[in-house]
Amino acid sequence: MRRRNVLPGLPLSLGVTLFYVGLIVVLPLVALVFKAASLGPADYWQIVSSPRAVASYRVTVLSALGATIFNLFFGLSLAWVITRYRFPGRRIVDAVVDLPFALPTAVAGIALTALFANNGWFGSVLESWGIKVAYTPLGIMIAMCFTSLPFIVRTVQPVLEDLDPALEEAAQSLGGSDWTIFRKVILPLLTPALLAGVSLSFARCLGEFGAIIFIAGNQPMSTEITALLIFIRLEEYDYQAAAAIASVLLLTAFFMLGITNWLQARALRYTVKG
Amino acid sequence: MSTLPTRKKPPRVGDNPIFRRTLIGIVLVLVAFVIVAPLIIIGVEAFSKGWVVYRDTIIHPDTLHAIGLTVLAALIAVPVNTAFGIAAAWAITKFDFWGKRFLLVVIEIPFSVSPIVAGVAYLFVYGLQGLFGPLLDAYDIKILFAVPGIIIASMFVTAPFVARELIPLMQAQGRDLEEAATSLGASGFRTFLSVTLPNVKWALLYGVILCNARVMGEFGAVSVVSGNIRGQTNTLPLHIELLYHDYQAAGAFASASILATIAVFTIIAKVLLERQGAGRVRKTANPAEKIA
Repeated sequence: MRRRNVLPGLPLSLGVTLFYVGLIVVLPLVALVFKAASLGPADYWQIVSSPRAVASYRVTVLSALGATIFNLFFGLSLAWVITRYRFPGRRIVDAVVDLPFALPTAVAGIALTALFANNGWFGSVLESWGIKVAYTPLGIMIAMCFTSLPFIVRTVQPVLEDLDPALEEAAQSLGGSDWTIFRKVILPLLTPALLAGVSLSFARCLGEFGAIIFIAGNQPMSTEITALLIFIRLEEYDYQAAAAIASVLLLTAFFMLGITNWLQARALRYTVKG
Repeated sequence: MSTLPTRKKPPRVGDNPIFRRTLIGIVLVLVAFVIVAPLIIIGVEAFSKGWVVYRDTIIHPDTLHAIGLTVLAALIAVPVNTAFGIAAAWAITKFDFWGKRFLLVVIEIPFSVSPIVAGVAYLFVYGLQGLFGPLLDAYDIKILFAVPGIIIASMFVTAPFVARELIPLMQAQGRDLEEAATSLGASGFRTFLSVTLPNVKWALLYGVILCNARVMGEFGAVSVVSGNIRGQTNTLPLHIELLYHDYQAAGAFASASILATIAVFTIIAKVLLERQGAGRVRKTANPAEKIA
């Protein structure tokens, strides 16, 4: 049933929206794609498949995977502790989870570098165990962990809060152990939200720049992330190479956006919500 | 907020005391190491050379200029994105039109795109080898490597913040009140100001605060388009990088402490606004789904 809409303001509000989105969001991205496309397939392929570019994809993707897997466990535990337990300081923990979103990435970058440098609070201890963090891929992973942690916590938390206790009680009355109930009842309900959080977190890791460049060491072929390689190509005035590699990152972002939207749609399909 | 039942509940999954304490312990230690320690070290490093060095860094003309530029970017980008967010939310939640879901996805694009990619993309619009580059050059208008570029890049990165808070809430509130106001003869702006705005004011403020924090802290996109000219096109995050690479760590951390303080206040404001109900609708549903 569709009623006639009596509200005013569609032309103005939609006009402003389309104009702004077109000018600020769409136009630059289209310009980037055109610039990359103007290279021609052979040149484009040569740039995006150069050994240095491939090495940068490798370190970016592997570090993002490592960071996301760590955050999957840490984020789930954090969301679980915040929603299911009552303890002193719970609200503070709940609030600080957003710090990685609120703290500028450059600030996070120098802070993490100071902590994990070989004379830093954590770095000196880890060094004595033979683990080097700053200026290695491990440093990249830690920076990524920091900046993307809130995604998983904040996507899982509302689902955990809304979980129907009756489901657990039913499973308990049937004699299931806690671990079995978690695995067979709770985890399947959390999975769509977890996956959505994982894809958001992974996408953020792939594009992260500010937090990483301070701690990464930035050595070509080993600790140079793709975002930095783009930046370096720009500083060399090699705009075509910058456009080509940036287009790879942009396509990856669109791919991740598609996956996230699909996962979120699925997540809602399986939750009982009006 | 759920109301707590008065009768004693049976233990739920994971309520085993040993498991519970262990998990809380592990999580608290990790939170302290991963999230709190970086915040503390900023303060420690900022004052590592004493109060005088801290003060001298902050009142140094370059730092003051960077602060001024950061505030200027926020003063322009935040109101513009707020106006955009309100317009987008009004169009999307009060009307039905073809392509609405697609528009929602496009609005959220800046969240998924790397800031570096955003910066590069702007080079190909306003740079010399970009779409408008030759035209701008002919009229001697400088956008890139100048203040306008910094502001536009900040606008890209933070475009979705206000819209994202308003859309799910206004969607949930429906159109009945606005329709009643209009049928009683109120104009569109009057309807928005007297009917819609009071219902969404906390969510609006929430979006504005998050948008502001992000504008002030944006690094990647701004560092591509700014040209990093000391005392001219350096925002506070860029100034931090410059000092850091200049081996003035204490100065870098002193400047960082300003942004860290803003971040802490942002979080406090966020918690206070969440008590007013802001941010809650978004948490429970994906706007794109609700509208479909």
